[in-house]
Amino acid sequence: MSQEPLAHRPDKPALLVGVLLLAVAAVVGHDASTQTITSNYGLGPTAMPYVVCAGLVVLGLAHLFVAFREGLPKPEGADRSALLWIAAGLVGLIASIGLGGGFVLATTLIFACTARGFGRRAFVVDAIIGFVLGLIIFVVFAKVLTLILPAGPLEQLFL
Amino acid sequence: MDTLLALLKGFTVAAEPSKLLFCLVGVFLGTAVGVLPGIGPALTVALLLPVTFKLDPAGSLIMFAGIYYGGMYGGSTTAILLNAPGESASLATALEGSKMAKAGRGGPALATSAIGSFVAGLIATIGLAFLAPWLVEVAVKFGPWDYFALMIVAFVTVSATFGDSPLRGLTSLFLGITLGLIGIDKLTGQARLTFGVPELLNGVEVTTLAVGLFAVGEAFYVASKRFREPEEIIPIKGSLWMSKEDWKRSWAPWLRGTAFGFPIGALPAGGAEVPTFLSYSTEKKLCKYPEEFGKGAIEGVAGPEAANNASAAGTLVPLLTLGLPTSATAAIMLAGFQQYGLNPGPLLFAEKPDLVWGLIASLFIANVMLVILNLPLIGLWVKLLAVPQPWLYAGILVFATMGTLAVNGSPVELAMLFAFGYLGYLMRRYDYPVAPMVVGLILGPMAEQQLRRALQISLGDPMILLENPISATLLGIAFIALVAPFVMQGLNKFKASED
Repeated sequence: MSQEPLAHRPDKPALLVGVLLLAVAAVVGHDASTQTITSNYGLGPTAMPYVVCAGLVVLGLAHLFVAFREGLPKPEGADRSALLWIAAGLVGLIASIGLGGGFVLATTLIFACTARGFGRRAFVVDAIIGFVLGLIIFVVFAKVLTLILPAGPLEQLFL
Repeated sequence: MDTLLALLKGFTVAAEPSKLLFCLVGVFLGTAVGVLPGIGPALTVALLLPVTFKLDPAGSLIMFAGIYYGGMYGGSTTAILLNAPGESASLATALEGSKMAKAGRGGPALATSAIGSFVAGLIATIGLAFLAPWLVEVAVKFGPWDYFALMIVAFVTVSATFGDSPLRGLTSLFLGITLGLIGIDKLTGQARLTFGVPELLNGVEVTTLAVGLFAVGEAFYVASKRFREPEEIIPIKGSLWMSKEDWKRSWAPWLRGTAFGFPIGALPAGGAEVPTFLSYSTEKKLCKYPEEFGKGAIEGVAGPEAANNASAAGTLVPLLTLGLPTSATAAIMLAGFQQYGLNPGPLLFAEKPDLVWGLIASLFIANVMLVILNLPLIGLWVKLLAVPQPWLYAGILVFATMGTLAVNGSPVELAMLFAFGYLGYLMRRYDYPVAPMVVGLILGPMAEQQLRRALQISLGDPMILLENPISATLLGIAFIALVAPFVMQGLNKFKASED
């Protein structure tokens, strides 16, 4: 019967999702409660956040409930180093754009790191491919579409 | 008669040489990107949206139509040759299609899917052309309360009814609606959930969310389990062409698939999964050779493919006439419209008839181009499938970030892309559907606006939603659709414990 799964320990991912949903609900509710502009008639800007907040609370509680029943689907194991490589590529990309390194350097990083994450062992070759790809895209965007992607020192040479 | 005249005028817009070229480029790019494994039409459209930035609205929308149909076609090629459906709508195609390809009948499988898509697209686009003006007339009479109720129906059906788990679907939807709250409230100017970050004042871009969830999330997901699923392209052997027997066995499934796909797509019910699987099981029952199902029956490719394409055209009905997106792809297309300050709906038909009818006409043209282009070019598409996986996903991420940078080149936007990507990975890992989140992001603020307008008119009385027959009926439907899966689940459990 349905009581039987209770003997198991609660499903951790479902518990975590439930708690996170409640946390998001708290943030949304808090943000709405600190808003200053109100509407004179009809609904103000706080009504919808409170509705969403209530919905998130219900969903969060439902997840906590599910955690003690069947839980979430059990995923297969994941290759962590692959995930880390791609994440590193994305961080490198953001840093390159944020610090003024430009689009081509960003593309080089994301291309080489992603390929590495997918199991390639030729980092330098991939970096060159990414560099050329980024340069082509930058020039095409600048000349054909008249859209300037973030430019660093290198890109200035082509403008 | 009016419809025919309007459509004829649309053709004069769409048949200008420059527009034909846009359409051709759209079809080509859409197919090329859609063919890549793991990329469905929704992502194809999201990735290619920035390319259309600098074009004029008419040209860009026409290119869009081509990209949309091209992406659909490319997706089925991948489903057949790689057994890797890019989205749930081509799952049914992959079932029989990949079996046919393994049995050396990949050519006829691709042909029946291409011609079936053409037939279905043609019929469904005619349906769209004739249904749209009629629906526009109905929609003109809609009050904000009716729109609000309609959006609630879309919310429920997109997230709750058709997924594996209504709980996970609704969670995805609510996260999308939460993201939709971010930014300045349009009616009062109140900043919500911006935490003092100026980049958040304009809200979350639909394309950033879609590209993050679909492209970056998919890259994370595939990389995380890359040692488990070596993918193999099944080479095409023998003739590309369908035999007489193939034609005889295909035409009826095409028509039946269209009959399933178009109405279900046109309802604000979202998703092409239902019609494709309905078509698959119907063909299985009606087929004269049921023993071939599971081994590569051509009916099992012809029917679902037609249903898939017909429902894609069907989703354009609520999108164009009501401004209501009922699938992830439609949500991104709506974002494309909004990028030009165009709001699909009855007003657009009245104000910019050339544009709307030009778009509908170019759907016909895109359809014809696809069937002419793709059969001869199939060799090229197969080569694209052979791009090594590391380069493929590295390239996808380059294009994904390029699109984001072209729209809004701030590190905050890129950080959001990264965060949405990781979220998309986790959602895939624990089997949360991602489409409801995209729909929630774009539809949430629209629903809020309609609700507030309705309550302003009624001076704050919420009963206005239940006093109007249309909105009351729609809310009733939404309620039933929300509760039904839970009741069914309960019944099933009850039955199971009885056994």
